[in-house]
Amino acid sequence: MKNKSVIIIGAGVAGIEAANNIAENGYNVTLIEKENLLGGNLKNYAKLFPDFYEAGEVKNNLINKLNSENINVYNNNEITELFFENNKWQAVNSQNQKFLADAALLTTGFTVFDAKRKEELGYGIYDNVITSLEFENMYKTGKITTKQGNIPERIAFLNCVGSRDEKVGNHYCSRVCCINAVKQASEFKEIYPDSQAYCFYMDMRMAGQFYEELYRKSQEKHNVIYIRGRISEAAATLDNKIQIKSEDTLSGLPLKMTVDLLVLMVGIEASIGTNQLASQNEINGEYGFAKSKGLYGNDNITNKKGLFLAGTCKRPLTIPETIADAKAAANQIIKYLNQI
Amino acid sequence: MKNWGFKISQARIIDLDKANTKMFEDLCLKVPSAKRCIMCGGCSATCTASNHTNFNFRNCNLMFRRGQFEGLAEELDKCMLCGKCKLVCPRGVNTRAIIYNMRIILNKMNYKNIEL
Ligand code: SF4
Ligand code: SF4
Ligand code: SF4
Repeated sequence: MKNKSVIIIGAGVAGIEAANNIAENGYNVTLIEKENLLGGNLKNYAKLFPDFYEAGEVKNNLINKLNSENINVYNNNEITELFFENNKWQAVNSQNQKFLADAALLTTGFTVFDAKRKEELGYGIYDNVITSLEFENMYKTGKITTKQGNIPERIAFLNCVGSRDEKVGNHYCSRVCCINAVKQASEFKEIYPDSQAYCFYMDMRMAGQFYEELYRKSQEKHNVIYIRGRISEAAATLDNKIQIKSEDTLSGLPLKMTVDLLVLMVGIEASIGTNQLASQNEINGEYGFAKSKGLYGNDNITNKKGLFLAGTCKRPLTIPETIADAKAAANQIIKYLNQI
Repeated sequence: MKNWGFKISQARIIDLDKANTKMFEDLCLKVPSAKRCIMCGGCSATCTASNHTNFNFRNCNLMFRRGQFEGLAEELDKCMLCGKCKLVCPRGVNTRAIIYNMRIILNKMNYKNIEL
């Protein structure tokens, strides 16, 4: 009975967590990853909100559990087709190699918004406009500097880049970038207490456990300054600083200031793989994300028999939420495999 | 009467029991996207007119929404209807149409006679 199998597409947090749970129950798992390294988007982070937990540790704990003999990992394998035929789920990679199984789990995750699409913010044009991902990378190396190598005396974080923005077609909130800005501003001030950190927001969405507390702490301990207004323009000055313009909506006055570094809090979008494989199976929902059968108890199953979903291929989720969702998906898959 | 050097100033409170918010409903019939504004200030930050004057479209829009019409028509005269604000709005609000229609409504209410 237990030689039944599942293909999992995407070895990020959701994919690895689900693989471990399913394999523990004696089923065969084929875990396929398009990149060389496992861990998905988690690889891009140094520390996690709201408790500054080491992202590397979370990743290693996940990957270390993958040693079950029931799991076969195929990295550097990009799945371009997924379909059900001859009673099997079939995943085809870009070299036309096929993987067959009784069930399939989509854990193809998200990709960050391409900040170049917001031209007025100058990303890709001015050196010192960077994304939150690049900030994270700099933080990892322990050196947060301007492109010219100077310590930023003033840094500004801009929320909602590529989210809540009709102009780029994304009406939704990415849910994690507000708290991520608070985290990054705090990390910055931890390193450079004498510098100033500003955060420009439309709404501060602190709807997670300990988020509000971190926000308070960033004010009390780190003197992060919060300004309610959307930056609508950024331009470089002759000395490579960035001049930004917003309205200080709470005072009703226009505001301009010069910063050494402008960090764009880029939002979450469906990855290409998510978009592609979901549309092939007609489970594509809004904004290119994959659509589950329903939110209440049916969130890991789809309208296709034997095709399951977990993690951020469905919508923006935090890492703890993704882990819980992957466990739930594993549970559903085990039930399904038992039944067929 | 003796002038004591101070005067009683007009109450500055938005009294939503009395304010005329019907006008905003009328505006929304003409420009439905007006309802979607979240007062982010993107428009007012980029506004051509507010580079030179103290004009603030977002605030005008909010005052109109709250039924506070005093001095609004004069404020709106500062807008050049260039439409730059519309380009940055994350909620796709038809800002220019709002200004144009606010002017018409205020004119009808006799808040100021402006030529259109
Ligand atoms: S979480 Fe915050 S920054 Fe991110 S999209 Fe939502 S409101 Fe904007
Ligand atoms: S940019 Fe749009 S949503 Fe923001 S205040 Fe202006 S009209 Fe409202
Ligand atoms: S249309 Fe009016 S409010 Fe909008 S940017 Fe031009 S002057 Fe400013």
